Amino acid sequence: MMNKAYVVIIGGGVTGCSIAYNLAKKGIKDIIVLERKYLSYGATGRCGAGIRQQWGTHQNCILSTESIKIFENMNEILQTKRDIELKQKGYLLLAYSEKELKQFKKNIEIQHEHNIPSTLVTPEEAKEIVPMLNTENIIGGAFCPTDGHANPFLVNQAYADAAKRLGVKFIKAEALGIKKKESKIIGVETNKGFIETTRVVNAAGSWSKEIGSMVGIDLPVYSEVHEILATEPVKPILNPMVMSFSHNFYCQQTPHGSFIMGMSPIEKVKDVSWQFLERMTKKISTLLPPTKNLRIVRQWSGYYNISPDKQPIVCESEEIEGFYMAIGFSGHGFMLSPAVGILMSNIILKEKLQWDVTLDIGRFKRKEIIEEPSVV
Amino acid sequence: MNDDNIIVCRCEDITMKEIRDAIKEGFTTLEEIKRVLRAGMGPCQGKTCGPIIAREIVKMTGKSMEEVMTQKLRPPFGGITFKEVINDE
Repeated sequence: MMNKAYVVIIGGGVTGCSIAYNLAKKGIKDIIVLERKYLSYGATGRCGAGIRQQWGTHQNCILSTESIKIFENMNEILQTKRDIELKQKGYLLLAYSEKELKQFKKNIEIQHEHNIPSTLVTPEEAKEIVPMLNTENIIGGAFCPTDGHANPFLVNQAYADAAKRLGVKFIKAEALGIKKKESKIIGVETNKGFIETTRVVNAAGSWSKEIGSMVGIDLPVYSEVHEILATEPVKPILNPMVMSFSHNFYCQQTPHGSFIMGMSPIEKVKDVSWQFLERMTKKISTLLPPTKNLRIVRQWSGYYNISPDKQPIVCESEEIEGFYMAIGFSGHGFMLSPAVGILMSNIILKEKLQWDVTLDIGRFKRKEIIEEPSVV
Repeated sequence: MNDDNIIVCRCEDITMKEIRDAIKEGFTTLEEIKRVLRAGMGPCQGKTCGPIIAREIVKMTGKSMEEVMTQKLRPPFGGITFKEVINDE
């Protein structure tokens, strides 16, 4: 195995692979990606496969709308072997209270500053967008027609393939420790040997806190189990992702035909639970009644790596020179990964950030936190 | 006999040729093949295609069966409708 690298990226999820690709595209050689299992083993391969731009903070709006521009052209940009299954049929967000609707109005004002084509909709308009929707108790909603779906496995693979073509090395190994001298990174210890490097990127998603502790930093993130189920494929009957924050769920039909849906845990769970199946099916069959006849083929769980303001932390460590992190995506790492890869390449190469965002870890100490209000 | 056209994954309609191409491309565990081809994601959850794909990987790569048979079987282990879950007929 190679024992020297310009940078070692820990984590072969979509974030790590996007970072590797964007660095390699700028001509950087000797990039190593460490993955202890296989690509998409963690949160990337377990996510709800949605991509949305309807956010309540400027930063998330910028990251997501810039990412969607890349998703729209990804097959060409990355020369993907397999189509990434982009579906832009929108996200319909439902409001069940005046308070929720007011928040949507506020969010849309922010979104419009970033040219995101979202609008408020009445219950009648929501029913036009989703004819099977049970509009009982719904007082309105928000809709953005360019939101949608992409296949996380194939996007992850496309970034990895493109990175490999540019010379990035993928090594199936586990990071066991990170060596530093004074406050500078000097290498990574793996179960397949030591790699000498002055730069490490923590893109370990669910395990990012453990990677932080390898350099003695207590990162302000935690991982929480969320559950999802998928059904058998049926003919296309649902165009947009349907989502509610107060009812705490999201549900979409993928281009493959299967429905994917999930909700945040009510109590702490370690893995999949029967309770989730009951709650989820009850909720969705009330709201989208024809789904009652759908057959569940599998359920699974995965981690959200949550940050204090539900927005990613993408920066170099303040304490350890050469320790970079792209963590705390709070359930939205997949949809933001195209932009995050570019930003991390800016940070590592000491370039000006491509977009005006503040994603450094110092924002928590400076108390510059604007929490993202729109998260399931 | 040319067995390339045999449907290996009946849930997702995947042929032996597609499986072999994926193995040649470097996907050499059931989990990796599932992620790029969907083999094993259908109603049978890999109970039919899993052992066939595993044997093919062993044949083509020389890996041991233990290394290859890593697929996680996801519940509910058999198709079940929403209305069965919520007891509403």
